[in-house]
Amino acid sequence: MTEAFSVKQYLRDLKLPFCPGCGAFTVINAFLKAVYESGYTDLSKFVFCSGIGCSSWIPSPYFKADSIHTLHGRSIPVATGVKLMRPNLNVVVFGGDGDIVGIGLSHFIHAARRNLDVLVIMVNNMIYGMTGGQVAPTTPFKTKTTTTPYGSFEHPLDAAKLAVTAGANYAARWTTAHQNELKEAVKKALEMKGFRFIEVVSQCPTAFGRRAGFKDAGEMVRWFKVNSITIKQTKNLNEEDIAKKIVVGEFIQKRRPTLIETIYNTIKEAQKTEEN
Amino acid sequence: MGTLKSGIYFLQGSEACAEAAIMVGCRFFAGYPITPATEIAEHMAKRLPQIGGIAIQMEDEIASIGAVIGASWAGAKGMTATSGPGFSLMQESIGYAFMTETPCVIVDVQRAGPSTGQATKCGQGDVMQSRWGTHGDYSAVVLSPNSVQEMFDLTVRAFNLAEKYRTPVVLLSDEVTAHMRERVVIPPIKKVEIINRKKPKRGDKAFFGLEEVPPMPSVGEGFNVAVTGSTHNEYGIRFTADPLVHRKLVERLNGKIQNHIGEIADVESYKIDDCQIGIVSYGCTSRAIYDVIEAAETKGVKVGYVRLKTLWPFPDEIIKKLAETANKIIVPEMNLRQIFYEVKRAAEGQAQVIPMNKIGGGELITPEELLDKILEEAKKGND
Repeated sequence: MTEAFSVKQYLRDLKLPFCPGCGAFTVINAFLKAVYESGYTDLSKFVFCSGIGCSSWIPSPYFKADSIHTLHGRSIPVATGVKLMRPNLNVVVFGGDGDIVGIGLSHFIHAARRNLDVLVIMVNNMIYGMTGGQVAPTTPFKTKTTTTPYGSFEHPLDAAKLAVTAGANYAARWTTAHQNELKEAVKKALEMKGFRFIEVVSQCPTAFGRRAGFKDAGEMVRWFKVNSITIKQTKNLNEEDIAKKIVVGEFIQKRRPTLIETIYNTIKEAQKTEEN
Repeated sequence: MGTLKSGIYFLQGSEACAEAAIMVGCRFFAGYPITPATEIAEHMAKRLPQIGGIAIQMEDEIASIGAVIGASWAGAKGMTATSGPGFSLMQESIGYAFMTETPCVIVDVQRAGPSTGQATKCGQGDVMQSRWGTHGDYSAVVLSPNSVQEMFDLTVRAFNLAEKYRTPVVLLSDEVTAHMRERVVIPPIKKVEIINRKKPKRGDKAFFGLEEVPPMPSVGEGFNVAVTGSTHNEYGIRFTADPLVHRKLVERLNGKIQNHIGEIADVESYKIDDCQIGIVSYGCTSRAIYDVIEAAETKGVKVGYVRLKTLWPFPDEIIKKLAETANKIIVPEMNLRQIFYEVKRAAEGQAQVIPMNKIGGGELITPEELLDKILEEAKKGND
């Protein structure tokens, strides 16, 4: 690594579409820095799949790489087909909370169950941003959104915990206030196999912060920082208090046999049986 | 065991379809169990691993076609198989495959709908869904087999058309054609025409335009291909507000099908220039035709027919020809009039177009019923 890191070496010469203050800039920076520090000078060993929503635009078409911008919620199935037929490529899925654990939830659970060899980075801005700020499966209880004008009457989903339950090899949650931890999580995930999930709690000053009473993006990021607690710190708290916090850290790290391993072993066995 | 050896076999339609897919180079199958299409998934699950391919059961039909689309961009020929309810779930993704020019094959083994309907019984109710099921302006390529032999032959053709035109192709089968067993002649693999997608040359950058059917790279080949279902330019870059970019893209996508109807729309026809009564039929229903021609002739009624082996794009020209000769055209279908209106449109008033419909319980339109209808219409004369 003789040259200094610059995101430009990995990006097409296009203007990024995100609002000022959007957390996507932080995610792009942390991800590409992790790629750089992992020794990849370009993205030729990567394929990016994304769905519909603001964060699905992170790789597509801005990354100088192969990218498949799929339908809303369907990035993981498409990534499944890509990975199974091109097992040597790093398949990375980018998506928002609505995309990955709203409309696409079933694919998320099943990919984790299969231990499909993909890294899913879910940018959780707790809102449907692209459509203007509707309630999401991750919106905190009582938050005002355009479709919950009196405050949300539902409780949010804990996606990282769900990934653990479903069988992921790796699951972590950080926020845009934890840039270094996020970068390190990506580096670790890139070295692992199987289903790897990183949730990044991110600020949407335009569609979330404004209605939730935040002055600007900076105030949101500061709130992430003071409101985050580690997994260890949750041990002394009750469920109600934990629900008010953002629990950050690594939820699981293990080596369960992955889908690529099991499916290609099955092919070998089928061919052996056939020969006998 | 590799691909099926040439010879004469006694196969189920589903098996013939699966073996044809394997022979033409399909190495990826993703599906979800559904009557009466499950046999295709089962056969692929058994056979694909034997030749190094992958068959996977996904969590639903949406995931199934998604995985097939991903596999296609990874360079593989992919297929999924389903029936009406699953076909409905796949519609959004079929539009995505059309918009992104992703070759893939979708088998719809029709059953009696709407909704769950009669899951185990034959129907032909998905004809219009196969044409107009996804949203927006698009052109469908839909093939209609009427025998186990054609489950083989038209599956081969479905893959070839998908690869040649870079578009999703539907094999619109039905419960009868997929479940029955018949004699099938399997040709040696050397004699099977196999078309593969055109690949880009080093340095190529336009994978979504410039040519009517642009070259298609795979991911991982260094082309930095950007695939999107949003409106995009020749280089795959999103342009969601520019009317010209959208117009140019969607007109080309439709044009690459509509400008080649002559090649894509395949029919079998008989005495269309010398008949009094014409029949336009397709799929399992068309099997009744062969039994009635002679019987009608002995009673003094000359019958000609067009059997649609391709439903979409619709072969207007041959229907027009039939309408110039025949006084009446009967359209037997196992639905409540779907191809009927297309025939009527194409006939342009040159012949009287008469529907003949039967639904429910998987009861086919029998040769006797068809013969009675022909004789009745011949006797009635022109209205």
